[in-house]
Amino acid sequence: MKTNDVILQTTTKVIFFIIFLFSIHIFFAGHYTPGGGFVGGLLTTGAIVLLLLAFDLNTVQKALPFNFTIMTAIGLLLALGTAAGSIFFNVPFFTHAFDDFSLPLFGVTSLHTAMVFDAGVFLVVVGSAITIIQSIGGDS
Amino acid sequence: MEFVLLIFLPIVAALFIPFLFRKIKGIHTGWFVLLVPVVLFIYYTTFIKTTMDGGHALSELQWIPTLGISFVSYLDGLSILFSLLITGIGALVVLYSIFYLDKNKEKLGNFYVYLLLFMSAMLGVVQSDNVISLYLFWELTSISSFLLIGYWFTRDGSRFGALKSMMVTVFGGLMMLGGFVLLGIMGGTFSIRELIAGSSSFVGHEYFTLALVLILLGAFTKSAQFPFYIWLPDAMEAPTPVSAYLHSATMVKAGLYLVARFTPIFAVSEVWIWLVTGIGLLTLFWGSLFAVKQTDLKAILAFSTVSQLGLIMSLLGAGAITFHVDEALFSFAMFAAIFHLINHATFKGSLFMIAGIVDHETGTRDIRKLGGLMSIMPVSFTVAFIGSMSMAGLPPFNGFLSKEMFLQSMLAIRQFELFNFATWGIVFPVVAWIASVFTFIYSVYFVFKTFTGKRKVETLPLEPHEAPVGMLISPVILAMLVVGIFFIPNVVGKWLVKPAVMAIQPYQYSHPSEVEVHVSAWHGFASVELWMTVGIILIGGLLYLSLSKWQKFYGIQPESLSLNGLYDATMTFSEKGMNRLSRMYMTGLIRTYLLFIFAFLSVTTVAMLFLQDAFVVDMSSFSKISVYGLINAVILLLAVAFVLLSKTRLGAIISLGAVGYSVALFFVIFKAPDLALTQLVIETVSVALFLLAFQRLPKLSDHGETKSNKLVNGIIALGVGVTVTLVALSSHSQKLVASISQYYKDTVETEAGGGNIVNVILVDYRGFDTLFEIAVLAIAGIGVLGMIKLRLARKESTDENK
Repeated sequence: MKTNDVILQTTTKVIFFIIFLFSIHIFFAGHYTPGGGFVGGLLTTGAIVLLLLAFDLNTVQKALPFNFTIMTAIGLLLALGTAAGSIFFNVPFFTHAFDDFSLPLFGVTSLHTAMVFDAGVFLVVVGSAITIIQSIGGDS
Repeated sequence: MEFVLLIFLPIVAALFIPFLFRKIKGIHTGWFVLLVPVVLFIYYTTFIKTTMDGGHALSELQWIPTLGISFVSYLDGLSILFSLLITGIGALVVLYSIFYLDKNKEKLGNFYVYLLLFMSAMLGVVQSDNVISLYLFWELTSISSFLLIGYWFTRDGSRFGALKSMMVTVFGGLMMLGGFVLLGIMGGTFSIRELIAGSSSFVGHEYFTLALVLILLGAFTKSAQFPFYIWLPDAMEAPTPVSAYLHSATMVKAGLYLVARFTPIFAVSEVWIWLVTGIGLLTLFWGSLFAVKQTDLKAILAFSTVSQLGLIMSLLGAGAITFHVDEALFSFAMFAAIFHLINHATFKGSLFMIAGIVDHETGTRDIRKLGGLMSIMPVSFTVAFIGSMSMAGLPPFNGFLSKEMFLQSMLAIRQFELFNFATWGIVFPVVAWIASVFTFIYSVYFVFKTFTGKRKVETLPLEPHEAPVGMLISPVILAMLVVGIFFIPNVVGKWLVKPAVMAIQPYQYSHPSEVEVHVSAWHGFASVELWMTVGIILIGGLLYLSLSKWQKFYGIQPESLSLNGLYDATMTFSEKGMNRLSRMYMTGLIRTYLLFIFAFLSVTTVAMLFLQDAFVVDMSSFSKISVYGLINAVILLLAVAFVLLSKTRLGAIISLGAVGYSVALFFVIFKAPDLALTQLVIETVSVALFLLAFQRLPKLSDHGETKSNKLVNGIIALGVGVTVTLVALSSHSQKLVASISQYYKDTVETEAGGGNIVNVILVDYRGFDTLFEIAVLAIAGIGVLGMIKLRLARKESTDENK
């Protein structure tokens, strides 16, 4: 299917970044306001899907040269590692820790191990969704 | 440092092995691996002092404490003895494997990862105080042993042997888990120490004997007791270092460990004593009888291991009698069991290594092709001779001491007048004696058929020569131990055996020094055991000399009537039967599957709703319907109608998307922004996915639906709709339990440090859920990738064939 939709492609180039940044925002804000790793990951997936619709598979693969299968694996490891890491501090599996830290530029920020776990969720969602789309779309 | 973490040291080390194997080509990977068991061995020796004083060490790692599940490392005499065996023999085996496995030809990365995995699992088994973590490690030994046996996975025999060992041991493991759960129910705890301490309160419980039998099934399958021994000979397809390690010194002894560990709980039961002693003796007899039949060196050793494990098992059973009568004779049996366990690890380890050396240097393990290797391989011969004679129970080797003690214990059982032992007691020494005669025969058979007699060099695949020095170090060390222990048995007894005996019989002793057993090689001419040994040598010698005349009688038993035949028949039957069964409902049509799922769901849910009388409608608490909600509902209904009536697939997909969006709108109306956001994006992505797969889908009219089909579909759809409505109505109106949301509102800030309840539930309160969900997601992604990529690959390969 060859299309050359200039309007779609031009707007996509801008909108992709808006959606992507919004997904990052939603990911970080998730612990206090609606959002989180799952939705954030889905939004990023949506952004990539938009790219795929506007351009074709090869162009997107060149623009985003990630191996999404490996991204899934990294996400799973991150999530599992956060959960398992707690037992090495002799607290039950899946115990999270959080505290407020004063960081340069950000000021007082609350840091939470749940965010690392959520990052794992984010990566798995993006990785597996794009893996599915790429393999179905790339199948000729 | 918490020493419980050391259990995981080998696994952590295993993470680096593939890297080392790939990057560092010049040095054999085994040298790095060797460090792990050596360090652990040295560390564990420091605990000997504690256990000698009757103490123990405890270290705990939280896992799921709310369910009573933790990693608790409990080091007493028994655990230390086993840990030392695992790391000590482990170090020697790794050293041996460095010379046995070629660094350029073999996949060493795999090998050492599996081996380290196994080492961790084994340490976990013997140190765990919690039965659930014990079970976890127990199954990990089965899995790592499966991987090790199947190491040369291109060979049919390896795969068959690996599968067989896993089938048998995992079967036993699952039974054992059942036993553990029953123990947990009866004792109210999963901690072995607490179970032992409180065992008197649940001895009469109705589950007691069931738990006992289930746990023994686990022990018997792992320790290759009759009739489960059939996996052990096939496990010999593994590389020889593995056989020496897993199948003689460590893994198969896990079953013995389990029996010893649970003796204080179960020994009060006569079923325990009869089963452990009886099955042990039967295994000893059976294994020794069939060892003489074998022609493969490793098969001989496998059967000899089976029989020796039976011997130790029967001693453990006899030792358990101390819980009934206060006689020194039976604590003597427990001492003999532990002592023989150490001795067996030393001599059988060295013999396996020699079998590996013979295989490595001559190219065959077939005893019919071997012979006269003594002058070519003098060192190997000496080690083999020492090991075999120790196994046969001759002085001056350690096997003699424990064999004498074994005979003495079996004689003592005769005098024991409880549970019918007085009437049947005479069987025990007789069977033990006959088994010992055959033990003598196979030991002599192993060493003399290989190393003496006429040399048949022309039949050997390789030009035989002595093994390289490095390969001989480990067996020579073990052989030196065999001789050494004979001369200093009481040092070993005091350091290792007595603390272990004390750990097994905590009611009898409060300090290891109270175990008053003194090992001596000479009991005087009056002792019956001495004359029994003399008889063993005489009769055994005669039978060995006439071996060729009676060995052919083994051929009488047809293969189909053996236990192996039974195993094969069961496997074939279950495969075929299950295939037929699954073909009945696995039609390959997704429509059928969905039919089953939905029908089952609605029938069971509605039935339960009415059986439990749970259906209530409380109209008063319904909220008012807003205009937006009404409009949205109309849109939703219209969209659903479009999906049903649409003549083209594109139309159906787009209307389905509309359904999703209007559901999202409902979420917005009901103030659930999280759900609305998720639903919107999911809908977008899934419509895109649908469109991607669109051109490959068949035409809408193509799927051959008949009138009756449509009728069934309609009924099912209606049923599901009614079910969901009923459940929604009654779950809204039911006020039996208070809503959980208040708890979340109260604790979300304090407990989890978050503000958004939905997200906190996802990542914290119900983190397990999310973890498994993303695992499912990842598997789905990889599944799609696999299906499509594998299909492409297969297409390409068939193209090549053309």
